[in-house]
Amino acid sequence: MAATRTSTRLATTDPMVPRPFRLLSKRHDTHDTVTLELEPTDGVPLAFKAGQFTMLHAFGIGEVPISISGSPVAEGPLVHTIRNVGGVTRTLVEAEPGVEFGVRGPFGTSWDVSDGKGGDVVIITGGIGLAPLRPAILEVLAERDQYDRVTLLYGARTPDDILFGDELRRWADLNGIAVEVTVDSAAPGWKGRVGFVTQLISRVSFDPAHTLALVCGPEVMMRACVTELRQRGVPAGAMRLSMERSMKCGIGLCGHCQLRELFICVDGPVLTYERLAPLMQKWEL
Amino acid sequence: MDTIKEIKDYLPEHPFFKGLDPDLIAFLAGCAHNVHFKDGEILFKEGGNADTFYVVRKGRVAIQVHHPAGGGSILDTVDAGGVVGWTWLIPPYKWIFDATASEDTSAVAFDGACLRKKCEDDPAVGYALMKRVTVVMYERLEAARLRLLDLYGAGA
Repeated sequence: MAATRTSTRLATTDPMVPRPFRLLSKRHDTHDTVTLELEPTDGVPLAFKAGQFTMLHAFGIGEVPISISGSPVAEGPLVHTIRNVGGVTRTLVEAEPGVEFGVRGPFGTSWDVSDGKGGDVVIITGGIGLAPLRPAILEVLAERDQYDRVTLLYGARTPDDILFGDELRRWADLNGIAVEVTVDSAAPGWKGRVGFVTQLISRVSFDPAHTLALVCGPEVMMRACVTELRQRGVPAGAMRLSMERSMKCGIGLCGHCQLRELFICVDGPVLTYERLAPLMQKWEL
Repeated sequence: MDTIKEIKDYLPEHPFFKGLDPDLIAFLAGCAHNVHFKDGEILFKEGGNADTFYVVRKGRVAIQVHHPAGGGSILDTVDAGGVVGWTWLIPPYKWIFDATASEDTSAVAFDGACLRKKCEDDPAVGYALMKRVTVVMYERLEAARLRLLDLYGAGA
């Protein structure tokens, strides 16, 4: 079973107490985004499922929810891809190897991408939304022959903002994934696509009745994608979206991430469109 | 050299024409010929006469705008299965952007004046064509509005 990284311990006994992790390495992905590799100081790796997040704690600064971007099916460090949007994220992005952070979690629901075995998988994402989907992609790649057509549609702001560029090419070249990338704008000389990610959906082949769609990005983008997917005939229950709200406690107590009857930190972040449909177009939510 | 018959055979497979009455497609194909552009070749320039409607068969076309400060921006790209240019429909029939082939590109080029005449002569033809052009316009407008939000920007 390759769905979850094995571990002798799932989490600390108290989910509110951060476990210390040391920053092993930092890779600059774009001008404002880095990928951090963290190792637990107690040597016990963090088990997680694709789609889950941790509360990442910069001691003395604060704590933020960050999706895990590493592989859930391979041993290795805890991987987070973080965009500098100020505050705690600036501290995390600017940290150098050796610094210790606190980690709570993992929290939340997963993509459960294995439900798509035997059918097509369509992954649609924009901006930093590719990071929470990377574990699901790696999970699919680990058992690529179990899936039929696998498609990744990715929208970025500009060519310089494209995340995991080398991996995108490798996934397409070696792993039989149809990877389509578009950017919102580009300077003359750019040979790729310019347009919004929704415009890619009509260009790719999949069997709507046997497709699992995973969507992650800004909520307006996800709504537009869902509209396109529904027009193609993908059932609401087969569309999974990762919702972003202001997660604080991570265990459904504080209510910061409440979306009407849902606590996104425990009921989400990954939810079916079937469940989200009544909530996504309400201004008050 | 491709012939009119070959264009007629191809057009029903193109998404823009898919499902359209074959007789109507054949009628419209009388305005068309095949064109090829090398990577980097210019299809049209801002301010020029908008006299052509391109149905892209292969390759990619970049719709660009030139601005003195930054040199220019690509506003949109159109791949195989898409269409380029609707200004041939709208007076004063002048291109408002530049278009350049981003790679070797093949297209069916319709003469704009010829298409307009067919639409004027037969409103049913005009309506059928307008419905399809409107869908393209709608899709591009919707995508452009979403991109205006700069959803992937740090402030989004």
